[in-house]
Amino acid sequence: MSAAGISEARAASGLTATLQHARHVITENPVTGFAFALFLLLVVTAILGPSLVPYDPLATDSSASLRPPSARHWFGTDQLGRDIFSRVVVATRLDMIIAVTSVAVVFAAGGLAGIAAGYFGGWTDRIVGRLADTIMAFPLFVLAMGIVAALGNTVTNIVIATAVVNFPLYARLARAEANIRRDAGFVMAARLSGNTDLRILLFHILPNILPIMVVQMSLTMGYAILNAAGLSFIGLGVRPPTPEWGIMVAEGAAGIISGEWWVALFPGLTLMGAVFCFNLLGDGVRDIVDPQRRT
Amino acid sequence: MRVARQIGQRLVTALPSVAGVIVVTFLLTRILPGDTAAYFAGPAATPAAIEEIRARLGLDQTLPVQFLRYVGDLARGDFGASLTTGQPVLADITARLPASAELVLVALVLAVAIAVPLGIIAALKERSLIDHACRVVATAGVSLPVFFTGLLLVYVFYYILGWAPSPLGRLDVFASAPPTASGFFLIDSLLAGDVETFRATLAQLVLPAATLAIFALAPIARMTRGAMLSVLGSDFVRTARAAGLSPNTVVMGYAFRNAVLPVITTLGMVFSFLLGASVLVEKVFAWPGIGSYAVEALIASDYAPVQGFVLVMAVLYLLLNLCIDILYGLIDPRVRIDA
Amino acid sequence: MDKMPLLDVRDLTVEFATRRGAVRAVDQIDLSVMRGEILGIVGESGSGKSVTSYAVMRILDRAGRIAEGSISFSGMALQTLPESQMRDLRGREMSMVFQNPRAALNPIRKIGRQIEDVLLRHAQATRTDARAKSIAMLDRVRIARPEERYDAYPFELSGGMCQRVVIALALACRPQLLIADEPTTGLDVTTQKAVMELMVELTRERRMAAILITHDLGLAAAYCDTVMVMEKGKVVESAPSADIFSAPTHPYTKRLLQATPKPGSVLRDLVMDPQPEPPPPARPIQPGRILDVRGLVKTYGANNAVDGIDLHVDRGESVGLVGESGCGKSTTSMMIMRLLDPSDGSIQFDGQEIGAVPARAFATHPMRKRIQMVFQDPTDSLNPRFTAERAIADPIQRMGGSIRRDALRARCEELATLVGLPVHLLDRFPHQMSGGQKARVGIARAIALNPDLVILDEPTAALDVSVQAVVLNLLQDLKISLGMSYLFVSHDLHVVRLLCDRVIVMRAGKIVEQGTAEQVLEAPTAAYTRELIAAVPHPPT
Repeated sequence: MSAAGISEARAASGLTATLQHARHVITENPVTGFAFALFLLLVVTAILGPSLVPYDPLATDSSASLRPPSARHWFGTDQLGRDIFSRVVVATRLDMIIAVTSVAVVFAAGGLAGIAAGYFGGWTDRIVGRLADTIMAFPLFVLAMGIVAALGNTVTNIVIATAVVNFPLYARLARAEANIRRDAGFVMAARLSGNTDLRILLFHILPNILPIMVVQMSLTMGYAILNAAGLSFIGLGVRPPTPEWGIMVAEGAAGIISGEWWVALFPGLTLMGAVFCFNLLGDGVRDIVDPQRRT
Repeated sequence: MRVARQIGQRLVTALPSVAGVIVVTFLLTRILPGDTAAYFAGPAATPAAIEEIRARLGLDQTLPVQFLRYVGDLARGDFGASLTTGQPVLADITARLPASAELVLVALVLAVAIAVPLGIIAALKERSLIDHACRVVATAGVSLPVFFTGLLLVYVFYYILGWAPSPLGRLDVFASAPPTASGFFLIDSLLAGDVETFRATLAQLVLPAATLAIFALAPIARMTRGAMLSVLGSDFVRTARAAGLSPNTVVMGYAFRNAVLPVITTLGMVFSFLLGASVLVEKVFAWPGIGSYAVEALIASDYAPVQGFVLVMAVLYLLLNLCIDILYGLIDPRVRIDA
Repeated sequence: MDKMPLLDVRDLTVEFATRRGAVRAVDQIDLSVMRGEILGIVGESGSGKSVTSYAVMRILDRAGRIAEGSISFSGMALQTLPESQMRDLRGREMSMVFQNPRAALNPIRKIGRQIEDVLLRHAQATRTDARAKSIAMLDRVRIARPEERYDAYPFELSGGMCQRVVIALALACRPQLLIADEPTTGLDVTTQKAVMELMVELTRERRMAAILITHDLGLAAAYCDTVMVMEKGKVVESAPSADIFSAPTHPYTKRLLQATPKPGSVLRDLVMDPQPEPPPPARPIQPGRILDVRGLVKTYGANNAVDGIDLHVDRGESVGLVGESGCGKSTTSMMIMRLLDPSDGSIQFDGQEIGAVPARAFATHPMRKRIQMVFQDPTDSLNPRFTAERAIADPIQRMGGSIRRDALRARCEELATLVGLPVHLLDRFPHQMSGGQKARVGIARAIALNPDLVILDEPTAALDVSVQAVVLNLLQDLKISLGMSYLFVSHDLHVVRLLCDRVIVMRAGKIVEQGTAEQVLEAPTAAYTRELIAAVPHPPT
């Protein structure tokens, strides 16, 4: 079809331009470049980590418990003599999966609901708005606690809870962006060109909102990781002995006042690094997708 | 008079949110996996006890009837009883609420006192060293898991330096609580003229409050900076400059008063973060607030306190948002007319 | 009168630091203003006229700096004056009035207090008499009930009133120099007249010097003693305003002057070179009505934005719909366009009732492709993520039946050529094109399927005057060669007269007068029309 032909050709040239711009942003702003490198490291660790680690993350060794960092155990060992480095590396996959799935779910659900609400207004808007308001009426982490407590203590429920508490953020953002574009000249022009509401929504409004949503996505990735780690820190969701950064910090908390700093420090630092990376990335992504700044 | 009417109107608009909160907390009790009655009865209950609880909770009735019962119970202040403490949940929460409130409010004041000036300076000296520093601190602050920050502070200031007292509660074990007036130890000890207790309270409070404040710092500083930058670039600031007004009047009188509006709006979100994060901080510092109460109940599979905790937190948060809206209306004349 | 100019600028050069190095916005210009004189600085966007005034006031933003030159103001060298002394001068000796008056006032401070701030700052009032002086100043700029209005916030006042407050603020300390930067842009023509007259009266009365910065040559000529024309950061001509109009010397001034619509000018006159090619062949038109609107009403809440209007457009005819903001002309055009549902009345298009078809369903209506529109803001009306080609191709793909890809490209190129858009620009995105180019894309899109009726909603309001001249001519040629009818919605009587056969004047949702363009403009019957015509600035003749 001709329409698809044109869009493909455009998409191809658009992609090259985006890549060029991305390279420009990364080279111009070393902080963003650093964040990208860190992000790649996280992804590689998540995929390959379990096959690279020196020790079985679940293997206990009572003769080697609470050893400080050494050449044998880079991050030391915990109360049960497990190698903390191996556990930190292996945990990457679980933490990333939780964050990515919950953000993907809320991106689709919240984004679509918000765009529909902003564009159609009326009842759609009222229902989505009320739903978002109700969720927003709770302190988000507290609601997430309530949801996991009610639904049951599993990883899936952590993903659901994280997605639910982020719903208003996405729905409201998408709603606001769709709403200001609803009466924009180019949307009226699209209507005059014979586009139906659905076409306008998908081909005219959505592509303009997507970049803003993508920025939001990379910013909430950090929050999603924090949220999941926080829940497992208080004993919700992930259960021992599964390696997960939040729960590992919890396991090391007692050691802090007796001087075994490494048990909590390394998983905590890794967690912090991951969140920091996503937050920096969010700023970087904003620079890349903002067409006004593309030269 | 006008202000009173506005507050009244705003209270009315909060009602749907209150209804929403009640519906959600009700639903949370009904979607428990497995047998809800068994869940509420706790892990060690006998079948007879479970049946009794089922009848008492009205779980054998239709959902609408259950909902009305639930609302009726809430109206009478019946939030159920805690299995762990044996006390009514509402009594437990009321007793522990001041500890949490004191912690969160001190943290907020601390965060605002640091973040707002930081944001203003960063905006005034855009792209300077202090601006970049502000950005890094803000991004780092929001990236720190609060429970981890708390542990780090404890390790440095208690274990290594020994400056802070042991991170166990509001007062160390040998001190006695001041006579209760507000429930806030800082205020109560001053009212009682007990400087020693005041100092002890403050010493216990510094680390957990700082932990929370570091977390809340980032969004406030970012928003202040952004709002100041956009206001400083606006037409009316240019007019004020062209009229020769002094930099002080322009920055504080004209720009900041306008920039504070989006900052106040951000406070709502900051409170959401703070209330959530306070749960984690209370656990780290063994702080006897409602957050640690809920966490203890969670670990014991004691469900009624968790429900009560979620509900109370939501109501508190609604009230805080109400205050924020009223404050906003006092500053911005445009909102006053719309309302 | 002393011979020393109050303001004397020599070799002023202003540079802006950008990512690609320093850019000269103002390049070695000279200007001088005597006491009691009003100087007009005229230029199109990017000519450096505003930057010049910011440099004089020393309120350039951070990226800009005075690279060289001297600014002497009543004997003081401003370019080297310490900032603290400069602050004392601003507001007391030299003041500024800005474009967009509502944004120029602090939104959350009472207007009376804002005037007081300036009075107190420059010690022109004490705490005890500041309020009285502020109210007196509001009275001076003819704000009715000044005691009450003292407590008003900017959002409670109209744009014209806000501009009066800004003028009061600027003149409160009796400065010697007033700089007005596009002070009436965005205001209705009757409000513009009132604001300009007030400003001129106050400056004359106080024997102040004034600089009026504007894109509107007519406005400058009507109110200024001397006019200075700027282009790309340089002064191209400077002369008494009567001379500029009667005998412009610089080619740019000539072109600008020619492009400015004025009483008696003809569309072809607006462009410099007389059409090299002969006018396009006209398409034969069968007589008859294309649009017939009866009793059209649109109600919002309790009031009618459009209050029962009747109008019609014949085939091949151009009808102008004129009125000030809020008169209901845009609402009317949106209803005819079937983007908005009328509350009452009928809209017949080519003999068929279309007013009853809901706006949401009209996108798939067979009549859709026969009624099209050219929008006011060319930037806003193009999807930022679509190339020019995709924007033009959109209606063809949706409503033009199946078409092969190469045929579609060929059609887009044909349309681009028709509207004078270089074919290589078809692959560009809106942000890579100029305002005039974007306007052409919007026109190409509207005529892509040979519509019978095109509504032109202020199609040149966002364009520079020289671009406007070209676009108006293009529209006229297209109308003749494609046999279309136009409904031209505008606030600008001169522009309407150039393009339209008939003119309809609206006010407060009703039609106050209609007739042939000549009739309405030369011999208006309604008082409101006369007021509108009188408010258009008249250059000295």
